Amino acid sequence: MRSNNFKKTDVIFSDCQHTDGQKYPILESVLKKKPQDIINEIIDSGLKGRGGAGFPTGLKWKFAAAQEQAEKYVICNADEGEPGTFKDREILLKVPGKVFAGMAICGYCINAKKGYIYLRGEYKFMVPELTKFLNEFHTTIQKMGYDFSIQILMGSGAYVCGEETALMESMEGRRGEPRNKPPFPVIEGFNNKPTVINNVETFVNVAMIQRYGVAEFKKLGTHDSRGTKVFSISGDTSKPGVYELELGMKLSDFVDEYGDGDTKAVQVGGASGFCVPRKKFNETIIGFEGVPTGGSMMLFNSSRSMYNVLSNFIHFFAEESCGQCTPCRVGCQQLVQGIKAVKNGAKDEDYLKKLLKLTESMKLTAKCGLGQSVANSFSSIVTNFKEEMIY
Amino acid sequence: MGNIIKLKIDGIVVSVVEGTSILNAAKNVNIKIPTLCYHPDLCVAGNCRVCVVEQEGARTLTASCATPVSEGMVINTNTVKVRTARKHIIELLLSEHNSECTKCYKNGNCELQSLAAEYKITNENFIDLVPLHNYTIDNFSPSIIKNNSKCIRCQRCVRTCEQLQSVSALVVAHKGEHMKISTFLEKSLFDVVCTNCGQCIIRCPVGALIEKNYIEEVWNAIYDPNKHVVVQTAPAVRVALGEDLDMRHGEIVTGKMVSALKKIGFDSVLDTDFAADLTIMEEGTELLTRLKKALVENDKTVALPMITSCSPGWIKFIEHEFPQFLSNVSTCKSPQQMFGVLTKTYYAKKRNLDPAQIVSVSIMPCTAKKFEADRPEMRSSGYKDVDYVLTTRELAVMIKQAGLDFRSLPEEKYDSFMGQSTGAAVIFGVSGGVMEAALRTAYEFITGREVPFTNLEIKPVRGMEGVKETSVKIERTLPEWRFLEGVTLNTAIAHGLANAKKVMQNVASGKANYHFIEIMACPGGCIGGGGQPIPTNAEILMKRSEAIYMEDTGMPIRKSHENPEIVQIYNEFIEKPLGQKSHELLHTNYIDRSEK
Ligand SMILES: Cc1cc2nc3c(=O)[nH]c(=O)nc-3n(C[C@H](O)[C@H](O)[C@H](O)COP(=O)(O)O)c2cc1C
Ligand code: SF4
Ligand code: SF4
Ligand code: SF4
Ligand code: SF4
Ligand code: FES
Repeated sequence: MRSNNFKKTDVIFSDCQHTDGQKYPILESVLKKKPQDIINEIIDSGLKGRGGAGFPTGLKWKFAAAQEQAEKYVICNADEGEPGTFKDREILLKVPGKVFAGMAICGYCINAKKGYIYLRGEYKFMVPELTKFLNEFHTTIQKMGYDFSIQILMGSGAYVCGEETALMESMEGRRGEPRNKPPFPVIEGFNNKPTVINNVETFVNVAMIQRYGVAEFKKLGTHDSRGTKVFSISGDTSKPGVYELELGMKLSDFVDEYGDGDTKAVQVGGASGFCVPRKKFNETIIGFEGVPTGGSMMLFNSSRSMYNVLSNFIHFFAEESCGQCTPCRVGCQQLVQGIKAVKNGAKDEDYLKKLLKLTESMKLTAKCGLGQSVANSFSSIVTNFKEEMIY
Repeated sequence: MGNIIKLKIDGIVVSVVEGTSILNAAKNVNIKIPTLCYHPDLCVAGNCRVCVVEQEGARTLTASCATPVSEGMVINTNTVKVRTARKHIIELLLSEHNSECTKCYKNGNCELQSLAAEYKITNENFIDLVPLHNYTIDNFSPSIIKNNSKCIRCQRCVRTCEQLQSVSALVVAHKGEHMKISTFLEKSLFDVVCTNCGQCIIRCPVGALIEKNYIEEVWNAIYDPNKHVVVQTAPAVRVALGEDLDMRHGEIVTGKMVSALKKIGFDSVLDTDFAADLTIMEEGTELLTRLKKALVENDKTVALPMITSCSPGWIKFIEHEFPQFLSNVSTCKSPQQMFGVLTKTYYAKKRNLDPAQIVSVSIMPCTAKKFEADRPEMRSSGYKDVDYVLTTRELAVMIKQAGLDFRSLPEEKYDSFMGQSTGAAVIFGVSGGVMEAALRTAYEFITGREVPFTNLEIKPVRGMEGVKETSVKIERTLPEWRFLEGVTLNTAIAHGLANAKKVMQNVASGKANYHFIEIMACPGGCIGGGGQPIPTNAEILMKRSEAIYMEDTGMPIRKSHENPEIVQIYNEFIEKPLGQKSHELLHTNYIDRSEK
């Protein structure tokens, strides 16, 4: 039976009049508030970043606001490179005004005059349409007397450039290699100035919190995972596509709705996420208290070889790693070769244990989230589908 | 300075200045954390990850080189997590690395090898990835060999070439498993803007970037009874060579070095310093001639400021980057090349030798000198003026191969002729030295008096600042130099090509108004040359620099024009500075390489 916290919602895509077209009434009301108060509302709402890492959005803004520099930036991360993720595309196509509004609110809160949308290379087709809406947006806020502008920059086509500091390196015209943290972008970001970078969907959520109020927002989701989430659903499903669901649902309910009746595993959060096997559907909560996701949900039925699934994932990482740090660059190659060697018998099954230990070290020592998260899919697939790895 | 931060490392309370890295804080209390991508002269990369430590409360391990300390931080450098991770990282590096230490030029002086030895990596934990990579070796350059199969991708070379040298001949190419250190269009270092300075070599922790060595060739020449092998030694070698032979940084080993060279079997052991004195005579005269033409004859075609030409890395740099200023560069050959051509002309005549029989070898702190010796212009004697250039490091290898106990060798003196030199020549080895030597001579030419500095030490041109500017007012001139009366001579000194670039940009934009500029391609000047012992870093440079100035102070003659052998060679052979003979043998021209 489906539990009562599985709910399709319609916050993100609906009710566009407050941000679309010539009018941005939502901004008018926001601009009457004190930045500090807005930030406190965002903190109170419990909103966490929708780009994957789940950092509390309000706190991030608070740090940036506290920086006493004249020049600051707002960046919208629309690089959307995670395999199986296509929800930011949908958001930018359907409700770009909400994204702009969220960015403008951020600019107001942290006192930044300039925003950038770092758009995935493949989404170039959107630029004319987005530019049209942006022009309207600029005219509208100019009339309000609010000094903020947004510029679209095209991504370089590398997955790692979605990582916030690599993205900034790329924006500055350098090779997209993640930086050392600290300093974090809120202290030294784009052009070494304080910068808030958020996911597309995070900005929409901000706009919606301002539209409906914190109390309404908090009614959605769970204590640790407030609000809704836009999911990109793919794989063995009869209903692939983009859906908005309330956070905190049980994976079993999700599979009931979107599975094909034969789902043996769900990869939650794309290649860098976790693979949940059927026997754990019932106990798995989708949210920050359970298994978090940037939006990607890939369903696999019993016809799928999990060895192939894993092999694809780690090949992807071996290719898409920026290559600068040892654990990620060499570690990924070892994983690729390692599971191949076990599969063809060149190494015995105990070698998988060595590889699991290796991923543990990768998680602990890789410079950025890419290398750190390889362990997620690797260990969850290898431990749950060990037989498939060997035979 | 900043606030004092208190933290705990392995149970020890440490207080350091805000901004200090965990790595350096640990060093303060004698806790050694292994590193590979870290180099004190370069900005922090944090990519090898071998320096990770455990930070209480942190989700992951922390790269100690890249993380500044914070108040109350609790760090542990030796935990099971740290040790396991560190071993994994070393094993991973080795799995991608063509580990053939016994056949490797860096055997015995390799950071990866030491680390592997320290962690006793004996088992093949992981799969050998080397066969899966198409590693290539670039050995087209006369100075540098780049072997990608030894590269650990630490990017020390890339940071050196970009930040210290502003050349960016080496860049990171591709991503993921294919990521590698490459060049423009993956061409050979010989065919790109590389200046052969070797700064990348002295910072490469492994055997991926090494000098092209000519040790075998030199031994063969020495063993050949029909060859007369002459060796010259550059100023900066004598204060660094000892470091490769178990002696202290910056120990002066001139006498022992001469002794070793004689024992090795060179037929004549001479001193590049002699040619440095000669350079001062030629270059000083050239400067004064240019000033006269500009100030008295109002000749607009005379290029000022005049820029020094003794650093071949700098020459190649300006040929690529600022060809519009090539006429500003002194036409003087470098001391090495002046010496080379004189060996096969003057020296040959004096010793009654057929120049074809002479093999001229130079010991240089520099890898660019190898390229310079190969330049087609450098054959004024009718032969290759300098046959083989060995770095300080290669000489150390030869001394070891000869079975000499360097430390116990007696001190010996250079042979003559072309073995005598002055304090002015030895300071050529450090940034500011050419300027100081030139001023000591030129000032005296013009005024008849010694430079107005105590003990001839021109302090304003000394020190390790990247760009040094000085002005000297000329007063009470001798009658023939009256046109310089009251003129303020503006000079600049730059070392490291990034600083050179800044100076040249200021010249180009008209922001600076210099008469004379000294430029050395390498940070610190030749004491920090790309052929010097490894490690070389800012701290070690200070020691070598002190040694050079000490050597100067200890010399009986301190001014180039007072070197009796210089006086003699002008009388017997060259006649006068910038004369006919001098033009034929001691001066050269440059090539615009900007198209390449
Ligand atoms: C390899 C890698 C790729 C990433 N790609 C994206 C991306 O495409 N979009 C995104 O919003 N965040 C991406 N992130 C997360 C960002 O680094 C960053 O955490 C996020 O943009 C912050 O926004 P949020 O707090 O709103 O989630 C990626 C992280 C890593 C490590
Ligand atoms: S973890 Fe991977 S992607 Fe991230 S910095 Fe290291 S090599 Fe680059
Ligand atoms: S580079 Fe170092 S580790 Fe590699 S083969 Fe040479 S000596 Fe050995
Ligand atoms: S020799 Fe000098 S210029 Fe050439 S690659 Fe190395 S650092 Fe760059
Ligand atoms: S060539 Fe040497 S310095 Fe450059 S990245 Fe490779 S190992 Fe490091
Ligand atoms: S030495 Fe710290 S990461 Fe390489």
